This record gives sequence, structure tokens and C-alpha cells, in this order.
Amino acid sequence: MKIIVCVKQVPDTSGVVAVKEDGTMDRAAMATISNPDDMNALEAALQIKETNPDVKVVLVSMGPPPTESMLRECLARGADEAYLVSAREFGGADTWATSSTLTAAIEKIGVGEGDIVMCGRQAIDGDTAQVGPQIAEKLGLPQVTYVTAIDYKDGKLTVRRALEDGYMTIAVETPCVLTCIKELNNPRYMSVSGIMECYSKPYTVWDFEALKESKWISAVENVGLKGSPTQVYKSFSPPVKGKGTMMEGADKAACEQLVSILGEKHII
Amino acid sequence: MDFKLTKEQEMLRKMYQEFAENEVKPLAADVDEEERFPAETVKKMAKLGMMGIYFPKEYGGAGADYLSYVMAVEEMSKVCATTGVVLSAHTSLCCNPIFDYGTEEQKKKYLPKLCSGEWLGAFGLTEPGAGTDAQGVQTTAVKNENGDWVLNGSKIFITNAGYANVFIIIAITGIVEKRGRKQKELSAFIVERTDKGFSVGKHEKKMGIRGSSTCELIFEDCVIPGDRMLGKQGKGFNEAMATLDGGRIGIASQALGIAEGAIDETIAYTKERVQFGRRISQQQNTQFQLADMYARTQAAKLLVYSAAMKKQNHEPFGVDAAMAKLVAAETASDVTRRCVQLFGGYGYTRDYPIERMMRDAKITEIYEGTSEVQRMVISGAIGVK
Repeated sequence: MKIIVCVKQVPDTSGVVAVKEDGTMDRAAMATISNPDDMNALEAALQIKETNPDVKVVLVSMGPPPTESMLRECLARGADEAYLVSAREFGGADTWATSSTLTAAIEKIGVGEGDIVMCGRQAIDGDTAQVGPQIAEKLGLPQVTYVTAIDYKDGKLTVRRALEDGYMTIAVETPCVLTCIKELNNPRYMSVSGIMECYSKPYTVWDFEALKESKWISAVENVGLKGSPTQVYKSFSPPVKGKGTMMEGADKAACEQLVSILGEKHII
Repeated sequence: MDFKLTKEQEMLRKMYQEFAENEVKPLAADVDEEERFPAETVKKMAKLGMMGIYFPKEYGGAGADYLSYVMAVEEMSKVCATTGVVLSAHTSLCCNPIFDYGTEEQKKKYLPKLCSGEWLGAFGLTEPGAGTDAQGVQTTAVKNENGDWVLNGSKIFITNAGYANVFIIIAITGIVEKRGRKQKELSAFIVERTDKGFSVGKHEKKMGIRGSSTCELIFEDCVIPGDRMLGKQGKGFNEAMATLDGGRIGIASQALGIAEGAIDETIAYTKERVQFGRRISQQQNTQFQLADMYARTQAAKLLVYSAAMKKQNHEPFGVDAAMAKLVAAETASDVTRRCVQLFGGYGYTRDYPIERMMRDAKITEIYEGTSEVQRMVISGAIGVK
């Protein structure tokens, strides 16, 4: 059995967001990290592998060649092999084109009986949460989103799904697609021996030629910017708000402090 | 000459940094304040393969190289020098001599448990009357009628002692004549915590690295099997000295980490602290002080890494280790003292980590060979007699 984990390298949004003159994001100018929710998906896969040694954890990502560094880190955490989908034709993809391309790659890897496809809920750059569900639809597989707990025993998969006002526990048939959220687990660190082994694990790069036979791609018009119904009008950093002051307490002293600050600023 | 880290070394550094930031740094102040051995951190490091970084996989190691170990001690020491020395003493002073001098049986028995972190290691040479002068050792090992060794005596200032399961112990096994002079014959032994007649004595209260467990070891008719001698009889002194050469690179890495950590903290602080209407990082004194400190620390780093590379490449590295430790330790002490000054009054309080770093730095000039011993090694090597 295998677990295919979709991972994405994203700009580190805790730093400065760089925007090009044309309003699109300047990804090259920003530090990159592994998308946090995807690391929860990977951790869940690795935990299933720990108790089920025959499980193989396969990574798939779409991105420019430097995405390799993230995939190697995922291999160093314990994944078994990685596929990077990378070509100029795939650039500028929105969620529709991305899920088509990833679906083509996942079908080429092959989803067999009992397999699971795992994604993070959403990437911190686009925050759409659409790619996972779209992949599930295109693969024709059942899906559970917002997964906060996974129980996998003897091939039976039960997951807990977070809702706004509670949880839903669902038995899912495999193969299926799960999208995972932060509450699911704490992603592990890379290990020393994992790092030493990560460059000798199977690593494959698929370009447009490798995937173009897929029905989800078939022509260059169906991938990348050309295959994307969404057009980005503008990206920008919101204006920085002034630093607020936090005050704690509900007693007389706190009130007096508040009154004195408002007085100093001539508000009252 | 190539000063570039490999891709794996870059990844290891990133992993060490993430681990130090998330798991080690949050505990550092408590570990110091409560003089608490960071047992939970050791467990976590063990899980990641950090307790046997450069030993081969067949002995349970992670199969990385020596520089990767040096960087681990450095990164841990940036945020917690206690954690740095736990790792250094275990690896350099216990795993390393077993790997270098142990029989195949000894390696198979001890290294997998040490490298996996199931067991912690320590090393005992120093005694009340034997520090820099290792010939002053008085602990004895005598073979009894069963072929077992019987140890008597005591060791002091032993790092990791309170928590270690395996100790490398240097003891007298006889008197030999060398160039017409009578000399003690020293040999090395592997002692297990559970051995009869062995006990851990007084726990030292220290100025710095307060979470590290520094204790006395007591041997009262401590009987260990005949096959626990490490290396050859009478080679204990040379083995101990060679072990300490490696240990010095570990402590030099610790000192380097302390200096780097102090500079990181001080850069952050001086960019926040405002005096005379501007950040103190905008004062030329702050800029020049930190520029000097950073340049000196980088110079120390090159010495430490160069000594590490020589050890890794099996070249003679004793003098390099001495120079690395001398420069890194004195840099750490000087840098942390100057950083406290840049912090001003706040730096003298325990609300900030910088006073702890200053206390921690001092020991690096003392243990695993004082700075004076390093000067003896270096001056001897350049023929100044």
C-alpha cells in the first residue's frame, strides 16, 4: 500500500511579501518554506507507515526546480520517494490547472486498492483550500477535508473532521483523498540519518512531455497560466497598521492607566 | 581549499537550528536556574540520531561526518551551553574512545546503546590531585585471582556523571621505568553504572553550565570483568590524551556556539533598545563592538572547522584542536562579557540570557585542558622550549 502526499514549497509569509511591478508575487525574492499544512499531511502518512511497515510514502509536488530542496527535506523526514512536476508550461497555474497537473502525476504514479492521497488543507500563499478537493473529484475518489485525527487499523480508515461547531467522525473507504489541518499532529524534525539518506532515495522529475498524454492535460492550453480560468488582478501588502498597546486587567489601576493614556493623547 | 558545506551538512544545520530554537532554547533559562539536567532534551536528540552523529550505521550511528557533529554542538550551545556539553562529553569522550580503541565485542556491546541515546556516556580522568598533570592519577586497577579488575579511588568534576550509564575511566595498572625514571602505567577501562563498588558522589554546584551534571565518582573495590580494559594495558595515558584532543574540538564548538548565540541576542536587543532618541544599534560604539566580535568569532569558527576537518580526514589534529579551543574559548569569554556591557543594566539581570552566556563561557577556558595547557601544546609544537 502507498500514501501519496501532495506537498508545496511556498513563500515564507512571516517575512516580507515581495510584489512585482505587474502586481504578481515575486516568489524569487522571498524565502521559501514547506507549506505547513502539507507537513501535517506528511506526518500523518509517516505515522501510518510506522505502524504499517509495508506502507510506502510517495511525495508529489509541482514547482520550479528549487522545489527539490523541500522534497529532499521531506525524504529526510522519512518519505520513501519523490516526484517533482516541473516545466515552464506549468508555471502560473491557478487551482484548476494545478489540480489537473497533479492529478495527471498521481494517476501516472497510480492509485491502487487501499491507497490514500493526502494533502494539506491549503497553502499559505493562495489560501484557497481548493486543490485537494479538486484532485479528489478528478480522481473520482471519496474525500474528507479538515482532518484532525486519523485511525488506521487493518486497512480500515476512520477520520475525524473538524467542523465550525464540532467534529464529525467518518469511516472512509480507500482509496480516498484526505486534506489535513494543523491540529492533526506535530510534524517531526528531519533526522540525522534521514538527511544522510535523502539524496540516495528515488527522485524523479516529470516535465510537460512526461505528462501530456494524461486526459487532464492533453494540450499545453490546459496547464499553467493558459489553463487557468483565474486571473490575478493585483497582489499587494496591506498598509501596516500602527503597533497597538495591550493592557491587561479589569481593576481600578488598569482603568486609571487607560484614562491617563487617553488623556495624554488628548482623546479625552 | 574549499569552504563550502555539503548539501547534507546544510540540511543538518537547518535541522539543528530548528530543533535548538523550538526544543532547547525554551528550556535554557529553567535548566540554568534550577540546575536541572535536560533529560527530556537528551531523549529528543536521541530520537533524531544526534547522540551518535558520526559513527557508522553498523554500530548504531547516524553515518554522518565529524563536522556535522561539531555543528550540532555549536547550534545547541548557541541557545543552551548545558545541552552542548552533554552532547559533547557523551560523543567525544565516551563514544569516540570506544570506537577508536574498543575491541569488536566492546564496540558491539556499547556503541549501539550509546549512539541510540539509550545510554549516556562520560569520561573520568581528573582527580583531586590530577588535573592538568594527568600523571597525578591515584585511582588503581589491580587484577584479582579471577582475572577481573578491581578499581579503587575517586574521580572529580565528571561531566554527565549523574545520568551516565557508561564511564571511560583512567587508572594506574602498575609502575614502569621509562628512561631510567619510574612512571605510573595508566590504562583505560569501561565502567558501567551498575558495577558493584561503583557510586556517584558529590554533585558540584557551578557558576555556569549549571544544568550539566558534574559529580564525583567513587570506586570502592569496584570489580569489573577482565574484558573491560579499553585499548592496551599501559596505553591509557596516550588514549586519554588523544581522546581529549577530540574533546577539545567539541568544547571549542561549544565556545563558538556561545559566542555566536551571544552576538545574535545582542544584535536583536540593540535594535530594540532606545537611548537618546535612537536605537543603540545606531550608535557607532555598538556597531564597531559587534563588528569586532563577529569578525573574531568567525576567525574562531574557521579554526574550529579546520581542526574538525583534519580529524575527519585522519590527519594529525592535536595542535589544531588546541588552537581552536584556545581561541574559541577566549573569544566566547570576551564576547559574552562585552555583550553584557552592551545590554547594560538589563544584561546583568536574569531576565535576559546574556549573563547566563557569560557565566557559561568561562568554563570553556578551563575544562578539557585549560587555556594554559593549550598554550603548552602550541608552544611545544612550534619548538619554543
